[in-house]
Amino acid sequence: VCTFLRVIPYAGALTRSKVLQNARCYSVSHLSVQERIEQKRKAALTGGGQLRIAAQHKRGKLTARERLELLLDPDSFVEYDMFVEHRCSDFGMEADHNKYPGDSVVTGQGRINGRLVYVFSQDFTVFGGSLSGAHAQKICKIMDQAMMVGAPVIGLNDSGGARIQEGVESLAGYADIFLRNVMASGVVPQISLIMGPCAGGAVYSPALTDFTFMVKDTSYLFITGPDVVKSVTNEDVTQEELGGAKTHTTVSGVAHRAFENDIDALLNLRNFFNFLPLSNKDPAPVTECHDPRDRLVPGLDTIVPFESTKAYDMLDIVHGIVDEREFFEIMPNYAKNIVVGFARMNGRTVGIVGNQPKVASGCLDINSSVKGARFVRFCDAFNIPIITFVDVPGFLPGTAQEYGGIIRHGAKLLYAFAEATVPKITVITRKAYGGAYDVMSSKHLRGDVNYAWPSAEVAVMGAKGAVQIIFRGKENQAEAEAEYVEKFANPFPAAVRGFVDDIIQPSTTRKRICRDLEVLASKKQTNPWKKHANIPL
Amino acid sequence: MAAYRSAAGFQRVLLAFKHVCLKQRCGVIICRYSTVYDPNEKTFDKILIANRGEIACRVIKTCKKMGIKTVAVHSDVDSSAVHVKMADEAVCVGPAPTSKSYLNMDAIMNAVKQTGAQAVHPGYGFLSENKEFAKRLAAEGVTFIGPDTHAIQAMGDKIESKLIAKAAKVNTIPGFDGVVKDAEEAVKIAGEIGYPVMIKASAGGGGKGMRISWNDEETREGFRFSSQEAASSFGDDRLLIEKFIDNPRHIEIQVLADKHGNALWLNERECSIQRRNQKVVEEAPSTFLDPDTRRAMGEQAVSLAKAVKYSSAGTVEFLVDSQKNFYFLEMNTRLQVEHPITECITGLDLVHQMIRIAKGYKLQQKQSDIPINGWAIESRVYAEDPYKSFGLPSIGRLSQYQEPLNLPNVRVDSGIQEGSDISIYYDPMISKLVTYGKTREEALKKMEEALDNYVIRGVTHNIPLLREIIVHPRFVSGDISTKFLPEVYPDGFKGHMLTAGERRELLATAAALYVAAQLRSQKFLGDLRVSIVPAESRQWELCVELDKGVHMLGVSRAGNNYTVEIDGEKVEVSGEWNLASALLPITINGKHRNLQFKLRVLSKLAAYLSKHMPEKIPEDTSSILRSPMPGSVVAVSVKPGDNVAEGQEICVIEAMKMQNSMTAAKTAKVKSVHCKAGDTVGEGDLLVELE
Repeated sequence: VCTFLRVIPYAGALTRSKVLQNARCYSVSHLSVQERIEQKRKAALTGGGQLRIAAQHKRGKLTARERLELLLDPDSFVEYDMFVEHRCSDFGMEADHNKYPGDSVVTGQGRINGRLVYVFSQDFTVFGGSLSGAHAQKICKIMDQAMMVGAPVIGLNDSGGARIQEGVESLAGYADIFLRNVMASGVVPQISLIMGPCAGGAVYSPALTDFTFMVKDTSYLFITGPDVVKSVTNEDVTQEELGGAKTHTTVSGVAHRAFENDIDALLNLRNFFNFLPLSNKDPAPVTECHDPRDRLVPGLDTIVPFESTKAYDMLDIVHGIVDEREFFEIMPNYAKNIVVGFARMNGRTVGIVGNQPKVASGCLDINSSVKGARFVRFCDAFNIPIITFVDVPGFLPGTAQEYGGIIRHGAKLLYAFAEATVPKITVITRKAYGGAYDVMSSKHLRGDVNYAWPSAEVAVMGAKGAVQIIFRGKENQAEAEAEYVEKFANPFPAAVRGFVDDIIQPSTTRKRICRDLEVLASKKQTNPWKKHANIPL
Repeated sequence: MAAYRSAAGFQRVLLAFKHVCLKQRCGVIICRYSTVYDPNEKTFDKILIANRGEIACRVIKTCKKMGIKTVAVHSDVDSSAVHVKMADEAVCVGPAPTSKSYLNMDAIMNAVKQTGAQAVHPGYGFLSENKEFAKRLAAEGVTFIGPDTHAIQAMGDKIESKLIAKAAKVNTIPGFDGVVKDAEEAVKIAGEIGYPVMIKASAGGGGKGMRISWNDEETREGFRFSSQEAASSFGDDRLLIEKFIDNPRHIEIQVLADKHGNALWLNERECSIQRRNQKVVEEAPSTFLDPDTRRAMGEQAVSLAKAVKYSSAGTVEFLVDSQKNFYFLEMNTRLQVEHPITECITGLDLVHQMIRIAKGYKLQQKQSDIPINGWAIESRVYAEDPYKSFGLPSIGRLSQYQEPLNLPNVRVDSGIQEGSDISIYYDPMISKLVTYGKTREEALKKMEEALDNYVIRGVTHNIPLLREIIVHPRFVSGDISTKFLPEVYPDGFKGHMLTAGERRELLATAAALYVAAQLRSQKFLGDLRVSIVPAESRQWELCVELDKGVHMLGVSRAGNNYTVEIDGEKVEVSGEWNLASALLPITINGKHRNLQFKLRVLSKLAAYLSKHMPEKIPEDTSSILRSPMPGSVVAVSVKPGDNVAEGQEICVIEAMKMQNSMTAAKTAKVKSVHCKAGDTVGEGDLLVELE
């Protein structure tokens, strides 16, 4: 109707009959436009067509649109650029049957549990989801808007790679996306869910985003595929071994978590999204909480074993303290000697960092330092308070670690904790030895509230090692060791110096933290002006 | 209605039904003791309890009432256990393995000397029936709270005890009494008695180490197992073989005797519900005994007690056949696990009586003073998986633990609390849940409610099985025997079979909770820069997966009331829910059931798209052997390259004193062996791979 009315002024100079005639003509062409719109919309909705959709399903994968439907609240998706087509005119690509409205990606915005999110979902049924200039342009458009509005971007990746027919235009498209990933970094949360292949340069977009999740058995991430690997290094490796979910969540640390299938992944992503603020301008979200904030956790009073060499599960402490035992662990199968993830305290999202005594005694090594550092920086960037549980015997010794650069990698975690200005609460559950004590969100690194449990031991090192140095060559090592234990294997040395603010009964930990978070909600702290800091990468 | 939302995700809901019945929360315990604790009666100043767990706590409770100081002993892993906290003093007696701590007589004797305890209560198990221990205490002038060494020795030896019983005119089981030297002798003896026969350790109490054999082959195997178990549990590998009475009831008489020749029988306990010869559910009195039989059994029990000059509390166990013929089985010269039910119906505090008797006092009661007041039922709540041969031990940390003590007429004897570890070193019992009523029906109803209000998370537990037993028509009617479980569940316990009505209610509840959780996840508090646009919906179409079946449901909501439509029928679910709580009060139509189930709730769309999801191929389990439970490897009978036949023993795993033979699932060659004797293995650990 709008289009029709707009025609009238042009017709003003014409005779009445001509107007009528013209109007009739126009309404015919208008109908044809309407038809074409419908046609294009219909075509866009079916992507690469029924055959390819069936093939996609057969692979155990959902289509780009089905995925969005699951991810977003019902009827909340607002699509952009449904009529965009690729502009390639080489290799027969210009032919009509090679043009798909919307090209190989679906973009737009929608809601997850009522909250705004920008999304793109690559459509494998159109040219294998390959990235054309138009495809990249669509993604860039929603990313630009997400940054202006201040809302997260979720990318559902399922793409064979660059649109080879387009050559450098495709590469330019990648670079455009990379640039936006970098610009958006620390401004709005960016999440990548790999739901199919993602190879070559394409992998760097997920790598630049805050979180990369994968779907088991149906997703792959690698720079070069098995064939190229074979020809260059003569290694025989399958797609799954090279870049499957298991590889990236356990060995490389590229992906943060893997899920069973598309549905599981998307539903979990909805769950995960609720933990995140929309942007760096928003506080950590607070949801309705049914778990009493002053709940005592009696089980914590007995969790730390009497023998300081005996392990326990840090996750038991985390689950006991957080709201409703709900903990969304990040990288649960990588560098398991440190535990990181999101939870809520009295409804408010918090980031949890904890040494895991169950794995490698909870020591810090290269991988755990890097894992922890990146998580801490995400929390700091997005106003999420950090709660740190410390039971760390120190940094892992050995040539492998030294040659691997534990010094600069360990520095990352130290840097991240020191730089963070969000509320920082630290609980020393047992060991806090040596430099690792300093690193783990200590008072000295601007920890806001630092607690020690009665089982805490803050010392330069374990009693045995210390005695061997202090009383080298002397007899009565056992006696000296007992003296050292008496002096240092308890929370007092730290407490008398004010390096911990209080020694608390473990069962009261939840209550204390909830109260502290209330107070610290209005914390304001800024670092000196700088162009950007220079973290030891 | 009890519901649990697993942390894994909002779409998974683990539910346990119960109806809202919160009227009586006053917690009056009717099964309180009628015993008067006379403060003027001189007693011990300090008692050491040579045990752990619930029984140690139980003894300490009575000591406190009597004004006696208590000393706990503990292994190093138990140093923060409940019994240690309850006692006035505590002494560590060694590392975790029982042989080095709770069975370590030297260390316990030292603890006695160190603390100056005047008496020792041994509880049950461990050193409770060890005459050596009683002797050593006597030598130090410390009172052993239990019978004297003579009685322990006489009754502890199954062969001698039978001879004494016979002489005391107690009915005994036909069979062969003798020490068995090797497997072939065992086969010969069994042949003489005639199958079926029962093989067990002479020194062992209860059902531990007891095996039933129907042929020579089984006799040899039984001999090997029982002698090994006997050696590891009692340090004494003598065995006993006797006629096995088919389909019997296990009924026992509690006796109480003082040092002045007085003895009483405190009625019976029906302990027929057993799995692998270990009691699961007990009750007092028994539905089966008439007053005459009861008196006859009681009198025989007393005459046996007198024959061995018994003093203290003891139990005479009988097998009772369908004709009410009863046979003496054995006498347990200690406090039994299931003593609370006797306390409930008689009003006596047995621990109090034991302490008085040990101090030398005469019994205060006459036989005519012993009542049967009401009915008591005990369920043994174990950390074990009831779906594996009615209960294979499981271990773990009690991440959440809530006893149903808010209900009246419920007694829970436990020695653990939230955060406690159930370890491989000790008995996996979590607690003894005792309910009491004026009638059996009342006690059973209360048990049902108590089980439904029990919250245990972190370990697999047997409440689903207990819950099924107590409502089973055969149990309710009293038609039980020691074969109850294998007869009722010939293919093993598979969990509760839902009726159509229960299914509907369960599905409706799951759907309503899902909607409640969904709505909650849209609630964000505080000032929001970008406003929330909640998905406006009063109608939900959901799919609930239950037992591999998929059900379509429609849910509509008005406030806290949910109307769920299933197959054209409407179910009304309502309740004001705290979704963080482990127990949720829920009202459904008016009919109520109590169950625990795992369900998966999905939106209609997600359920529809599920058909495209790839099926995960389960691991081929025929060529790998995994440990069914945490424990230690006792023996590995194969090495790589061996050929094994289907059913052939591959290795033996021991957990909580129980040995399990692991057999090959197919005939094949052994590819690799991943364990050796002495290893500690976790549940699901790979033991052996076949080709």
